[in-house]
Amino acid sequence: MAVAGVSLANERHPANVIYNKIHLRYPVKVYPVNPKGGVFKRDRVYRGVDEIPGTVDLAVIAVRAELVPETLMQCIRKGAGGAVIISGGFAESGRADLQERITAMAREADFPFIGPNCLGIYSPGHFDTFFLPGERLVRPNPGNVGFVSQSGGVLVDQMVKFTEQGLGLSLAVSIGNKALIREIDLLRHLAADPDTRVIAFYVEGFGRNEGRAFVEQAAAIRKPVVVLKAGKTAEGSRAVGSHTASLAGDYQVFSDVLAQHGIVEARNEFELTCFCESLSHYPRGIDGNVGIVTVSGGHGALACDICADLGLQVPRLSEAVTEEIRTSLSANIRDIASLENPVDLTGSAVDDDFVAALSALSRTPEVDSVLLLLLPYSPGISSDLGARLSYVHQQNGKPLVAYVPHVEKYRILIEGFELNNVPVASSIDGAAFMVEAMRRCRPC
Amino acid sequence: MLSAEAEKIMAAARPHGWVLEPEALRLLETAGVPVPRFAWARSKAIALEAAAGIGYPVVAKVVSPQIMHKSDVEGVQPGIADGESLAQVYERFSRLPGFEGTVVAEMLSGHELIVGAKVDFQFGPVILLGVGGTAVEIYKDTTTRMAPLQASDVPSMLGCLKGSRLFTGHRGAAAVNLAQLTDMALRFSDLVMALGDRIDSIDLNPVFCSQERCVVADARIVLAR
Repeated sequence: MAVAGVSLANERHPANVIYNKIHLRYPVKVYPVNPKGGVFKRDRVYRGVDEIPGTVDLAVIAVRAELVPETLMQCIRKGAGGAVIISGGFAESGRADLQERITAMAREADFPFIGPNCLGIYSPGHFDTFFLPGERLVRPNPGNVGFVSQSGGVLVDQMVKFTEQGLGLSLAVSIGNKALIREIDLLRHLAADPDTRVIAFYVEGFGRNEGRAFVEQAAAIRKPVVVLKAGKTAEGSRAVGSHTASLAGDYQVFSDVLAQHGIVEARNEFELTCFCESLSHYPRGIDGNVGIVTVSGGHGALACDICADLGLQVPRLSEAVTEEIRTSLSANIRDIASLENPVDLTGSAVDDDFVAALSALSRTPEVDSVLLLLLPYSPGISSDLGARLSYVHQQNGKPLVAYVPHVEKYRILIEGFELNNVPVASSIDGAAFMVEAMRRCRPC
Repeated sequence: MLSAEAEKIMAAARPHGWVLEPEALRLLETAGVPVPRFAWARSKAIALEAAAGIGYPVVAKVVSPQIMHKSDVEGVQPGIADGESLAQVYERFSRLPGFEGTVVAEMLSGHELIVGAKVDFQFGPVILLGVGGTAVEIYKDTTTRMAPLQASDVPSMLGCLKGSRLFTGHRGAAAVNLAQLTDMALRFSDLVMALGDRIDSIDLNPVFCSQERCVVADARIVLAR
């Protein structure tokens, strides 16, 4: 990897931050580049990318905007694999001409670059081009969510949210001004990437007719695509006189067209995190008929309210199903449990009662998903329950999501689910959103 | 591809920036979208003759390049029962700005829907379906799909509306004819694709949908600037 723009005088220069983290923490050979040459940290500084003797797979360009064309030309001459242009000072600050110039150069040479004006690439365990010191970043583990963001800030913040939720990344890319490589290119890339199961985007806006190409491509791939859109309130209701122009505002069209193509729209960062977690486990759409299992009537009622708000159904279970559950329950709760849905096993339930309820709900076609509200302060619940219920879920694969309060002493329960491929939310809302994600996956 | 007739209508509308109602109805007709029996009468005598042919009651609507929203200037008179009333209405309309005659059309009945289209910057042509009538902007109960529509989009769009049960036979009221609505919407979608970015937006509002048929009662086509 080449880092162009490394300063011999300013240790806090973005290029230096990137050089340092690659040099010290990644299994990558990195070459500092500065036209003045010299020696930096006992390493030779190359005057140009094209002077580097070894192969350059990626060049990170963090030089002043007016020097970017020359540096890019060096990369092309060198035959580098591609570049990330960190530098700002292009279309975002009135220099569309400079941006067009580097884009034309790259097109001409068939040379790919990300940016300009971006953080670039975060590839867990391999490398990253973020000019943010490693100790300041919250770094998600390798995982199966690919995330593409027009905003670097949103990307870094979402990495914090993903980490809190225990969600791993396959690749994260901040595309900045997206002069050459745009959302649709990364959509294609991540669709073909075997490590990526869910593809998420933070989008501010598409270019003319670009949204059409994007949704058609997203609908054609088999992986779930989640989109968080900013600028919902900047209505495009221009005064042209027709009702359609005013009713079909820019955001309304965006939202409806996404739903038409089975692309999951997240309305905020909390939904984005829940949706990515859920869809990385369950990538197929459901109608949204939820079976709820709880030990607390209050939690069951709250979950019902949240489901109803989202448009999920909590259907009353047939007598055949409730009887099947009842006959398998422990004798002391058999007559007090309320089983119509929510299935309230009461605070006296033990592990076997959960297994009985989940087995019946997993088999009946009356529900297509199960939301489990697991409150570990209930004395009959053992630390094995997470793993045991995950095995029940695995018998027939009906989507199961759990709510377990996220505190350290319940970690063994949470891991019992998560390590067995069942997502766990830290709130009732979060668990309901995980079910909602699957419903939104189905084209409306 | 637009028909030669449709091309002529579009060319004639360019100076106004939008297509006058009788021309818009004719444009829809060229695409096989059902419209009412109507005439564009530029004299009282022709209006009376047309109404006699259509059969009373009729609706009269002012035609003027200066009046896009006819209801706002009381430029729509439904339920005209006889020639005498029609003559009075014609007289009243003739005093409105830019008067270029009157549309005389058969009275329609059924549920009122809005079917619309616009060329979206990010997604290109899109089709809108919703609860129609003069209160569309009050209810704002509409849904949008990227054009061209598939046949399966139409029932799905209807199902997305908050008021969808109004159209499926709520409390004994007749349901809309879904096959007719689908056919109408698909023909409209084809027309919208053929018009491409020559339009800014189109309102078909109201579209009267009954158990028997779906007919566009009024159309407003705004051209791209």
